[in-house]
Amino acid sequence: MTDSVRTQTSQRVLGLHAVFVYVFFYAPILILVVFSFSGDRLVGRWGGFTFDWYGEFLDNEQLTAFHDGAIWTSLKVAAVSTVIAVVLGTLAALSLERFRFRGQRVFDALLYLPIIIPDVTMGIMMLIFFSEAITFADTYLGFEFAKGLKTVVISHIAFNISFVSVVVRARLAGMDSRLEEAAMDLYATRWQTFAHVTFPQILPGVLGGALLALTLSLDDVVVTQFAAGPGATTLPVFVFSLIRRGVTPMINAVSVVMLVASLLLIALMLLADGLRSVADKSS
Amino acid sequence: MNTKLWSRLFVALLALTLIAAACGDDDSGGGEVACAVGETDGDLNLYNWSEYMDPDLLTAFEEEFGVSINEDNYDSNEAMQPIISAGNSGYDLIVPSDYMVSILIDNGDIMPLQKDAVPNLANLADEFASGLPFDPDADYSVPYQWGTTGLGVDLSVTGPDVPETWGLIFDPALAAEYNLEGAITILNDPRETMGAALKYLGYSLNTTSIDELNEAKAIVADATNRVAAFDSDQYDELLVSGQAAVTHGYSGNFLVQFFEADDPDQYTYFVPQEGGTRWVDNMTVVADAPHPCTAHTFINFLLDAENGAALTNWNYYASPNAAAEPFIDQEVLDDPVVYPADQSKLEFIADTGDFEINFSDAFIEAKG
Repeated sequence: MTDSVRTQTSQRVLGLHAVFVYVFFYAPILILVVFSFSGDRLVGRWGGFTFDWYGEFLDNEQLTAFHDGAIWTSLKVAAVSTVIAVVLGTLAALSLERFRFRGQRVFDALLYLPIIIPDVTMGIMMLIFFSEAITFADTYLGFEFAKGLKTVVISHIAFNISFVSVVVRARLAGMDSRLEEAAMDLYATRWQTFAHVTFPQILPGVLGGALLALTLSLDDVVVTQFAAGPGATTLPVFVFSLIRRGVTPMINAVSVVMLVASLLLIALMLLADGLRSVADKSS
Repeated sequence: MNTKLWSRLFVALLALTLIAAACGDDDSGGGEVACAVGETDGDLNLYNWSEYMDPDLLTAFEEEFGVSINEDNYDSNEAMQPIISAGNSGYDLIVPSDYMVSILIDNGDIMPLQKDAVPNLANLADEFASGLPFDPDADYSVPYQWGTTGLGVDLSVTGPDVPETWGLIFDPALAAEYNLEGAITILNDPRETMGAALKYLGYSLNTTSIDELNEAKAIVADATNRVAAFDSDQYDELLVSGQAAVTHGYSGNFLVQFFEADDPDQYTYFVPQEGGTRWVDNMTVVADAPHPCTAHTFINFLLDAENGAALTNWNYYASPNAAAEPFIDQEVLDDPVVYPADQSKLEFIADTGDFEINFSDAFIEAKG
């Protein structure tokens, strides 16, 4: 067998492998989208083309009611928890990557904990934590707070900080620290260095972390279920509670809308990135 | 240095836990407030099964009493219980099923009912007013809606004249006659499934006789040869999607599924003539409810004759409210799925105490 034949064969095998991987990734999504237009009440049985499920989705007050519908609850929680987690996560990444301090390695290890521990454990931790914290605040600190939107936001920040800081740290580690040294050699203050050199360099990491945090927050069921209180039903939790009455293609319709929203977010990111690199080249 | 920090952290955590535990002990205060009829003490936080509450009733209550209602949903008793048991859930009113009520009472998670604040308790039918096995004196719970456990059947497989008996599952000859080999699903639940077998044999489903239970175990073990699945979640969908022809399950789920099938007349649900389980979901006030008086007022509101009827007309589950009957749609009252014609052989699942473990053991052994 000659070398070229061997290369050809291995390329074919690799190509086939790639096809399988993509089918495995995208076939379920395609099926989900197709069946969101199915006229049959049973998920997975085709019953003719219809937009009914989208109509039912829009008509569902518990889902779409402005301000307190599940969709709005989800968006509020995701937006607030992402912004706070991105700020805190980026700060944590900077401190761990750029400075040396007492207890750094412990802090480092603890930061990864929320990524490692299972969702259910995290959920139960939150459940007990908030229950005790509410009693504690009421008895010893003299102020009252209750489980609700706030506790869901706090729990999402808690796991999102870790994910954001991991992404930002990867970016920081790949960044040439001599750039910062050069800036400071040229009499830039620490703050100026950060604003004009460090931050623009890690921005893609920060945005990536933000996108990840947003997605995780919008997706989470388990932790949210345990941390939530009255009036804090997010979209995934609501969809999950519907399962008892049988899954209808309305759930597909909801998923497709969420999918399109996520795709738009990613497209926006890519677009912003593309515009920036064009600008970089022309300058 | 690392070890030192770890140990310091550990001590700090320990201290925090102790403080938390200490304050956990003395939060027994409150809860002793007496509520007047129609009194409200804030917005109602309701934690209920999904699609179980008529939104118009919520609006009517909000308008009448000038408070608002937050309703959140759960999909199983087991999903709701840890959230309530942890405390400080923020919920006032929950709707646990029968056996869950006794668990919540034992845990001290729900508060005794202030019967004076709920004069409409008088509207309850006699069999629901007291003597329910999970709360004999009705000190903690008020029935919300009830239903049965029985068999859903695909008539296109069995033919229209199918005998209403547990024999479809447990009698090999009948199963063969109606083409049910491998087309049966049974609830994956020791009490329900052993109970069905006990009923078929003519015994009480709350038996504490090990001999009767062993007999039941033998016929369940035999039925496993013909069973496609032990399933408690999807039996209704398996039926209408044609993957099973006879499925054991809860009345309400079947009704919803049939209602929306292409041809509702293709399916039927019945409680076999030998009798079966009757279940009931109940309203209970959470022990640390922030607004216990609003919760009591809401219970009283739902026990009103017309409101109780509105609830049944909306969710198609049977009402424990005797006074509501004149206001319930005739079509619902006549539906044997909602109101079985012969209710004399229905039994609640009662807690058999120490004998309970024998049900689980027998079920596990029967499943092989």
